[in-house]
Amino acid sequence: MIALTINGREHAVDADPATPILWALRDTLGMTGTKFGCGAALCGACTVHLDGEAIRSCSTPISEAVGKAITTIEAVTSGTDRVGAAVHAAWVKHDVAQCGYCQSGQIMSATAFLKSLPRGKQPSPAEIDEAMTGNICRCGTYARIRAAVADASRALV
Amino acid sequence: MLHNIDYSELPRVLQRLIERDQPAPATLPRRSFLKLAGASGLALGAFPHVALSQPVGAAASALKPTQLPSAFVQIAGNGEVTVTINRLEFGQGVNTGLPMILAEELDADWSLVRSRHGTNDMAYADPLFGIHLTGGSHTIKNSFTQYRELGARARAMLLNAAAMRWKVDVATLRTQAGTVLGPGGRKAGYGELAEAAMALPVPEAVTLKNPKDFRIIGRPTQRLDAQAKTSGKQDFGIDMRLPGQLTAVVARPPVFCGRLASVDDSAARAVKGVKAVLRVALDGGAEGVAVVADGYWQATQGRDALKLEWDTSKVEKVDSERQLAQYRELADQPGPRKMEADMAPLATAPRRIEAEFVFPYLAHAAMEPLNCTVRLSDDRAEIWMGSQCAGLDAGAAAKALGLKPEQVVVNVQMAGGGFGRRFSSTSDVAVEACMIARAARAAGLNAPIRTVWSREDDMKGGFYRPMHLHRARIGFDDKGKVLAWDHVIVGQSITTGTVFGAFQVKDGIDATATEGMREPYPLPMRLTVHHPKLNVPVLWWRSVGSTHTAFVMETLLDEIARATRQDPVAYRMQLFGDKHPRHRAALQLAVDKSGYGKTKLAPGRAWGVAVHESFDSVVAYVVEASVKDGQPVLHKVTSGVHCNLAVNPRSVEAQVQGAAVMGLSMCLPGSAITLKDGVVEQSNFGDYTVARITDAPEFAVHIVPSADPPTGMGEPGLPPLAPAFANAIAQLTGKPLRQLPFNLA
Repeated sequence: MIALTINGREHAVDADPATPILWALRDTLGMTGTKFGCGAALCGACTVHLDGEAIRSCSTPISEAVGKAITTIEAVTSGTDRVGAAVHAAWVKHDVAQCGYCQSGQIMSATAFLKSLPRGKQPSPAEIDEAMTGNICRCGTYARIRAAVADASRALV
Repeated sequence: MLHNIDYSELPRVLQRLIERDQPAPATLPRRSFLKLAGASGLALGAFPHVALSQPVGAAASALKPTQLPSAFVQIAGNGEVTVTINRLEFGQGVNTGLPMILAEELDADWSLVRSRHGTNDMAYADPLFGIHLTGGSHTIKNSFTQYRELGARARAMLLNAAAMRWKVDVATLRTQAGTVLGPGGRKAGYGELAEAAMALPVPEAVTLKNPKDFRIIGRPTQRLDAQAKTSGKQDFGIDMRLPGQLTAVVARPPVFCGRLASVDDSAARAVKGVKAVLRVALDGGAEGVAVVADGYWQATQGRDALKLEWDTSKVEKVDSERQLAQYRELADQPGPRKMEADMAPLATAPRRIEAEFVFPYLAHAAMEPLNCTVRLSDDRAEIWMGSQCAGLDAGAAAKALGLKPEQVVVNVQMAGGGFGRRFSSTSDVAVEACMIARAARAAGLNAPIRTVWSREDDMKGGFYRPMHLHRARIGFDDKGKVLAWDHVIVGQSITTGTVFGAFQVKDGIDATATEGMREPYPLPMRLTVHHPKLNVPVLWWRSVGSTHTAFVMETLLDEIARATRQDPVAYRMQLFGDKHPRHRAALQLAVDKSGYGKTKLAPGRAWGVAVHESFDSVVAYVVEASVKDGQPVLHKVTSGVHCNLAVNPRSVEAQVQGAAVMGLSMCLPGSAITLKDGVVEQSNFGDYTVARITDAPEFAVHIVPSADPPTGMGEPGLPPLAPAFANAIAQLTGKPLRQLPFNLA
């Protein structure tokens, strides 16, 4: 049994310590909001926060998460996370999602990025692109992602 | 494959079930889902199948299953309207567009409208083609009138129910956003009337709204799934969680059609969580080994522990370099002709262009890897998958499992992209999952099994946009008038040997390989087509033939314009003449909004133009591009779109942006599937390039106003992007780009 803290709750997970966080979330705990895209930290669909930092859960074993806080899309968009709520609202307002499969990861990356900025700082378009370049959207929603991140950052001032 | 349905069976069963109010028997006719929908619908107040209130004979009236509201609209007591879509939603927005169309004529309160997916039931077949079909940008085009009529029929039934309740003439009633209003201030919500309405006959003839009265259609509307898809709440096929479900992954041969020589699964079986290791037949005569485990991770651990030897001695091993040489040889040979014209002027034309174009295999690379969940019993198979062709997949599954078609149900699931890959001509994904479930069952594992493809499986698994070679010899005069255009296309046929071959292949030429050639330009073109046979599986890929034909046509026309010192917009307009008003309007709109020819561009930038019609919609792009560090950079895209009436302009904008980004992907270094000695060389997003946000341009999408019946927009935004981009780069370098991905060397 491995003790994991996910979205503020303790979970005892019966899995090999080498199991990626992604599969512990999806298959063991039934939390399917975090998506499997590539299994190789190349597309960002599986992004979660580990102690507040955006990581690729498909390539991070649960052993590395022991004693740390895992945060997933379910918590970030539940309304209790100020930055997450702003990002979520901007994503809805701009109707970013098409197929939507990558959007959990996009929102997790955007939220971690905005949290990393000094309060009140507005990121430049180039900074937004740089922060989001690890997340592939095959539907090509990038124009609306840019608008949504910029909007969320303005809302957080 | 496309089985026949005995509709006369349905009314009897439904009648019996409703009368007896008993649970479903173990064996049901295939349309039993309607009983299920009807059962929950009784509580919800669903519209019934016509058969419920009419004698069996009358059910066989003029209305087809695709025209009966019962399968498409449910109204709950609280007024919530759930619209069932007859397609796969995989990003293109039909789970908002179709409900908008139905809700318009139903006169529903849009805030109470929801949507859901259907099944392989024939009610959800394309009303024109008669098969289940999400492709060819057909949804809005083919189902516009269908969904309007469905909404109008449901509304008429609600009005009739209100008239009966109030004992007034139905002519005195009207509706307003989900409410029936009557004389003397009478008022009833749709939710209150739904149950009574469902007992009434379904009207055959209905009067549709005058389009000028539309209040939902044509309004930029937020997607119905916007909340779910931004909060982790939207389930996709890969998120299936049935009780007791296990997950399978498959070890696949390193080359297409390979078979197993030996299997040592002792280590794999020892992996914790592995439940079974099964030898299974795969698509195309191949063999593989499925590892079934508690979850995906354990299954892949088991797969990694397999010791397999493959027999590939008897299979063809395609090699991309050799293939190109073979295609070049083939291009020199005589072949079947798609178009004929006099080529004599080629010899005497004052100016000539000779060009060769090469396009690689392309993987669809949808973000949700392929997957399919199957639950078997003795006489029934339930399948859950994001399928673009539920009927075809159900039929293939039935055949593979030795079941009758009516014993298989495909529950269509939300899909994370698809772009054609989920419309497999062999139903490879569904059949494979069924074979695994059957083998597991035979091995004593009586559990639902979700088969998941890894990204590598997905990318190496074939069904690519075919590699193509184009050759053109063009003779023209000093004014740019084309005197003769001799053109050759070499590439595998997508549909030959499939159920679609009968519709698409004529005189040895697959129409999906030549669509987009010549039209709408009045050119004296001779077109020869060769379809070499190789074992690399090929398939449609967003916008199909136009992925290569638009590039060839639009870059060559630009080259002629440049060679004769003509403005590329004026040159195209002159070719369109007065015969192609939609092309003219789309291009003019893009030109006007972009500032083309008026605005001075930043240093180092150039304009590029292209316009192309595919699937009955026209998209024109005016782009700004530059070259930085030897690489083409796309800065800005302004589009003019002609899709007739835009049902949801917000969705049209999204589709153009998205298709353009996918078109941009085709241009980027590394956007190619290549084979070496039969092995696909790419495996994941590290070696197969798709556009990222840092590649994406700035967008402006403009739609030509129109009230004509809508045409589709899932694909038409893709084809003109790459040629517009290439034309801009050619302006800068003076050298035409003749291959994708771009190579400036």
